[in-house]
Amino acid sequence: MTHETAIAIRGVSKIFGPVETGLKALDNVSVDIRRNEFFTLLGPSGCGKTTLLRMIAGFETPTNGAIELDGTDITAEPPFRRPVNTVFQSYALFPHLTVAQNIAFGLEMLGRGKDEIKATTAEMLALVRMEAMAARLPAQLSGGQQQRVALARALAPRPSVLLLDEPLSALDLKLRKQMQIELKRMQQDTGITFVFVTHDQEEALTMSDRIAVMDAGHILQIGSPRDIYERPANRFVAGFIGESNFLDGTVLAAGPPARIALGGGQELSIDTADSPAAGQPVTLAVRPEYVLLGAFDAPGSLSGRITNLIYFGTDMHCHLTLDSGEELVARIPSGLSGKEGLETGAIAGVSFAPGALRIVGA
Amino acid sequence: MTRTSPRPFSVRRLPGFTAIAITCFVLLYAPIVTIVIYSFNAGDSVALWRGFSTKWYTVAAGNQIVQEATLRSLVIALWASGISTVLATMAALGTTRARNYRGRTLIYMLINQPLMVPEIVTAVALLIFFSSIKIATGYSGLGYLILAHSAFCIPFAYLPIRARMEGMDLALESAAADLYATPWQTFRRITLPLMAPGIAAGAMLAFVVSLDDVIITEFVKSAGQDTLPTYMLGQLRRAVTPEVNAISTALLALTVLLLTVFFILSGRNTARS
Ligand SMILES: Nc1ncnc2c1ncn2[C@@H]1O[C@H](COP(=O)(O)OP(=O)(O)O)[C@@H](O)[C@H]1O
Ligand SMILES: [Mg+2]
Repeated sequence: MTHETAIAIRGVSKIFGPVETGLKALDNVSVDIRRNEFFTLLGPSGCGKTTLLRMIAGFETPTNGAIELDGTDITAEPPFRRPVNTVFQSYALFPHLTVAQNIAFGLEMLGRGKDEIKATTAEMLALVRMEAMAARLPAQLSGGQQQRVALARALAPRPSVLLLDEPLSALDLKLRKQMQIELKRMQQDTGITFVFVTHDQEEALTMSDRIAVMDAGHILQIGSPRDIYERPANRFVAGFIGESNFLDGTVLAAGPPARIALGGGQELSIDTADSPAAGQPVTLAVRPEYVLLGAFDAPGSLSGRITNLIYFGTDMHCHLTLDSGEELVARIPSGLSGKEGLETGAIAGVSFAPGALRIVGA
Repeated sequence: MTRTSPRPFSVRRLPGFTAIAITCFVLLYAPIVTIVIYSFNAGDSVALWRGFSTKWYTVAAGNQIVQEATLRSLVIALWASGISTVLATMAALGTTRARNYRGRTLIYMLINQPLMVPEIVTAVALLIFFSSIKIATGYSGLGYLILAHSAFCIPFAYLPIRARMEGMDLALESAAADLYATPWQTFRRITLPLMAPGIAAGAMLAFVVSLDDVIITEFVKSAGQDTLPTYMLGQLRRAVTPEVNAISTALLALTVLLLTVFFILSGRNTARS
């Protein structure tokens, strides 16, 4: 299956301040965002997500590189000539205009006919379920309602791409969950390409078709939520998306299967074709839910001492110190936690679900 | 016995607070109240009460010199507040639309210069400056007074406009541009309507300030260009008549009215954003 590209970011860099000494907010970033997909930029605060989004909208000009929209170079176009709309983090609703006037604003600026403006505004009000609030001013709305109006206002001109900068971060948890589902529904209903910015990995995983994980002005990995979660490209991604245990070791044999020596004379075998050469140091990552505990003398397992057990309701976190001295967390479903021998101070056998151990760098 | 935690410091609990406050208010308002009351005095004396009458208002209103001075004051105040408000609006746009830049404090100081330089200095400077222009051009109309008033009214118009603009989210203009508004449309549809209460408040303040200026007017005016305040000053030098009380009271009423509108407008500033 081939994908049409909606936005192509080509080698874009952004330096704030003087080129030599300034702050490099984006460093040679390239990515193709596909038509009709829900694409998420995910990364910690300050990694350059907003800068990249503002560049697509036209509020920042790249220091280097180019941006293409549907095959045309738009790098030099001002914001008001780009068929791209933004949902701002602060919503930026026009305080002197009613909800309906806010939604109609873009259509008016595009010079659409009165009837069309009226019909589209009504349609958008219905889409975000704000029909009853059409005549209110933004100051008379709750945060969640303002958020919906901002969304309707940005969707009304039917942009080819909708940009959303942490649109849910100001909402409380319950409303946020609800809006996540609604946003996803709207994206599917309208078929508009969404570029969504968040620092919340759970939000990214549940909503996105594809995610770009960013750190310090770089894109580290692009992939589906499942790719990113199960096959993190490096230690940063493995640590930022969900929780991970990291084990340091040395390659004994590149394999496959690769054999890795951990400290304290323990050894692991991994079914992978891309291990570094023998003698090289490696870091392994494994998710807590793929750490399996058994009898300490079970064949092929490492052994470790349980240092702490924390009850979380649906599951239990079991902290262990391996014989190699490394710390490890195992997550055990509550149903299994009554298992014999699971108590602080006990020695347990530690093994890993097949395919769960990954090499994430040196 | 329960001990309450120490209450935060409040000037209201200092000994004698009430007495001092009352004294201040008396000092501030007693003269004004007196002038208002005596403007309705039926007698000729400013100090001796001879019963209620609106006679002095009729006298003042009928005095041709007062009429001319009033008209002149209003013409100057209208022009000066108009010119200074336009300039102040542009200054506010220039100083608040950009992110922090170097020299910002200096620019604020330059704009607010008339507030800091003693008025008498500005007055003398303007007198000398304008007299050389007068000699060079031969023009001696109201233009000088209008220009002088426009200059010292700028900071009064600028401050409320700037306060209004600083409370305004810069993202609003980005949002308009994002929704296909050209820079001019953004200004017309978003920036200007949001600034409007600040602009109206600034214009009103400038108008009031121009209306009651004495010092600069006294120095800059040519013969026969008395405004209401300089006319009153001239009258007081000769004899104090209740006519001056009546004019003062009328001026006071107008000022209070304009300032009330000003406070309503600037109150809305903060309530809205
Ligand atoms: N206009 C600007 N001037 C100077 N530095 C900026 C500007 N905008 C952003 N930055 C810097 O660029 C980096 C990336 O910012 P941003 O894109 O806002 O990050 P994010 O949205 O991922 O939190 C930050 O270090 C930020 O301080
Ligand atoms: Mg951001």
